Amino acid sequence: MTDVLETKRSKKLAKGPFGSVGHALNELDDRLGTAKVGRTFLDKIFPDHWSFMLGEIALYSFVILLVTGIFLALYYIPSTAIVTYKGEYLPLYGQKVTEAFASTVDLSFAVRGGLLMRQMHHWACDIFVGAIVVHMARVFFTGAFRKPRELNWTIGTTLLTLAIVNGFLGYSLPDDLVSGTGIRIAYSIILSIPVVGSYIGFWVFGGNFPGTMVIPRFFVLHEFIVPLLILGLVGAHLALLVRQKHTQFPGPGKTEENVVGTPMFPVFMAKTTGFLLLVAGVTALLGAFAQINPIWQFGQYHAANISYAVQPDWYMGFLDGALRIWPSWTFHSFGHTIAFNILIPSVILPGIVFGIAYAWPAVERKLTGDNAIHHLLDRPSDRAVRTSLGVTLLAYLMMLFIASSTDVIANFFHVSLDAVLWAMRILVVLVPLIAYPMTYKICKEMQNFKGAGKRKTTNVVSRTTEGEYVSAASPRYVDDIPAHLAPIPVPTYIEEVQAPANDADGNGTRVVDR
Amino acid sequence: MSSGTENHTPVSLRGLSADDPHLQPAARNPERVEKVIVFNFVLGIFFGLLFIVAYIQNWQPWILGGAMAGCLTLLGIGLIAWGKYLMPRGPFVEERHEFRNTDEDRSAFAAAIVQRGGGLVKRRKLLTGLFAGGMGVFSLGAVFPLLRSLGPMPKGTLFHTDWRKDSYAVDITGRRVLVGDLAVGAIVTVFPEGEQDTENGQAVDQTVLIRISNQDFTTMKGRETWGPQGILAYSKLCTHLGCPVGLYEQQLQLLVCPCHQSMFDVNNGAVPQFGPAPRPLPQLPIYIDADGYIRAQSDYREPVGPGFWERA
Repeated sequence: MTDVLETKRSKKLAKGPFGSVGHALNELDDRLGTAKVGRTFLDKIFPDHWSFMLGEIALYSFVILLVTGIFLALYYIPSTAIVTYKGEYLPLYGQKVTEAFASTVDLSFAVRGGLLMRQMHHWACDIFVGAIVVHMARVFFTGAFRKPRELNWTIGTTLLTLAIVNGFLGYSLPDDLVSGTGIRIAYSIILSIPVVGSYIGFWVFGGNFPGTMVIPRFFVLHEFIVPLLILGLVGAHLALLVRQKHTQFPGPGKTEENVVGTPMFPVFMAKTTGFLLLVAGVTALLGAFAQINPIWQFGQYHAANISYAVQPDWYMGFLDGALRIWPSWTFHSFGHTIAFNILIPSVILPGIVFGIAYAWPAVERKLTGDNAIHHLLDRPSDRAVRTSLGVTLLAYLMMLFIASSTDVIANFFHVSLDAVLWAMRILVVLVPLIAYPMTYKICKEMQNFKGAGKRKTTNVVSRTTEGEYVSAASPRYVDDIPAHLAPIPVPTYIEEVQAPANDADGNGTRVVDR
Repeated sequence: MSSGTENHTPVSLRGLSADDPHLQPAARNPERVEKVIVFNFVLGIFFGLLFIVAYIQNWQPWILGGAMAGCLTLLGIGLIAWGKYLMPRGPFVEERHEFRNTDEDRSAFAAAIVQRGGGLVKRRKLLTGLFAGGMGVFSLGAVFPLLRSLGPMPKGTLFHTDWRKDSYAVDITGRRVLVGDLAVGAIVTVFPEGEQDTENGQAVDQTVLIRISNQDFTTMKGRETWGPQGILAYSKLCTHLGCPVGLYEQQLQLLVCPCHQSMFDVNNGAVPQFGPAPRPLPQLPIYIDADGYIRAQSDYREPVGPGFWERA
């Protein structure tokens, strides 16, 4: 105001080259000292490989679960009080149902967007657990769990357990016929635990099955306690990832001492935000077009009713399959019963499977005597024993999963249930036994393969007019990492190309525009 | 690329010319890629608008979801393509730093815990013991009531049902079942009268009546009076995991559990024929009273449902 210098342009100049954003960042730095650590974070390098997206799918489906879950929690009523259904779904009109069931049907039909949100929530859960399993397989087969990342492997395994538990709890909440049967089975499994089983069962259910407490309690666990645990552990999982930096596959310019790839800002941020939207979009597509868990067709849970082809969600399948094919062995003597037919397949077996997962990094360290720090990943075929063991365990779980649909298989192929059951009992043992040597052999073959692990360049073969065949390397792929360029640190400033003299006032070569 | 001496930040304060190959987009033809991304974004915005309209108009869920999916997917793909093809291709590098501190730092840390802390504990064993004991007592005191008030003790609950001597068998609507209601081959789920619509009655007392003939039928030695006029009463709770044994295979006289396919031989005391169930379904002793009603002689003689520790 005082003189002519107070123009828009002069004000802009006075703020320095980075304008008001730069000013705000400086103020923040005065108070929290964020400049250096923030810069480090923006420069964080993310190696490029498709398999590193699997964990992102898990993370983003968890985000979708939180968002859709909050929506559902606004309408769902966790109560087993009996009401008369008077909603929009006519086949149920006038029936006595629990508030939990009625509110789930209502939020599907009477609430705008409710059915979409419910189906997206269910699909996102199935994707969440699936992505965790596949991500875990990637980490296992490439040896990413090795020192120094054992702790993050442990957190990840815990996350898988919690995801499965919370999936089961959420599946139980609508109080429909199928999920009620699932709760009944869970109760019987708890009962089978020696000595304390019946006490735990009564404490969890607030009395004998079914009681009225189980739905409200499962609700508190499902929408509060377990998600909070998952959220905390996901935070720890990512914090460790940032602290320890990414692993990377061996390649040109990549060593144990560096990370090569694209920076957090802006490249990775754009790609990963896009990926979040893509995962959400695919989940919405499933929620819109693929019906899942239509509880109004199953009806209200009554303990004395049952439906045919009762199957849990896919991630519980291996337990259900194990329960089906395990022989009916029980121990009863000395006035006590130990229901081994329940205990082994549903308590001890998952205990062993998850126990192996937790212990594996330590076991491998012991077996190989390798206590060194590893940041470069293995090719699975170079670690034939580990890979074969992993495939063996997966084959075993896969067979148990298939065994969870013995009745459907028997019905579909018109074979006797007896034949299917015995076939599965044999296959559960046989397939893993075959899987090990087969995988081992394939790994060994691949190790001998020349140029294994190297990217193959295609050649274009052309025939000249004289009939001679000439081969020449094809032009490189768009997404090839430019092999001729040496990796460099993320630059601090981007300097304008030698500008024509009339541009700016001579010293303004520093621009932030990327 | 030098990692500073004390400074652990891998930040190099150097500039890079905008025409450096590292800063070039990965796409061979950026203009064309940009056009494709523009198309994605525009179509995405269209689907976003459709989503709003579908919500306001309360259209079918599949339209709402389809619009949402279209919007998110297209915006997502566009953004990924932008990052992948049009942003600086690199490659960029970041140094790793060893986590391991110097030996002096490590031993100083260990000394702080072992000497300073451990010494404290060793010097004041009494105090340490008393404090640990106090915390232990409090933990026990805090945990036990908490567990205890979550639910009642099982006591004898798992051993008994609501069936009593002379209980009438009623169907789900509460109507007493007459012997004449059951033709040969018929099956009906019954409850002790008064329990047909209680939680416990549904979950524990559920019983199937099956009429397999017109003659008194003995399924096992010692059960001579249990099957009057060919009517047998079995607990409907599977002895495997407690699902209702809801399927009756009339030709083979088998009761089948739909959960894990245990099969029970109706003619021979419901002994398991197949599947993971370890025990026969308990049989309820019944009689037919002078008016033709089906009534219980007593409660079940053994616990119903799956096995548990206290069960003999």
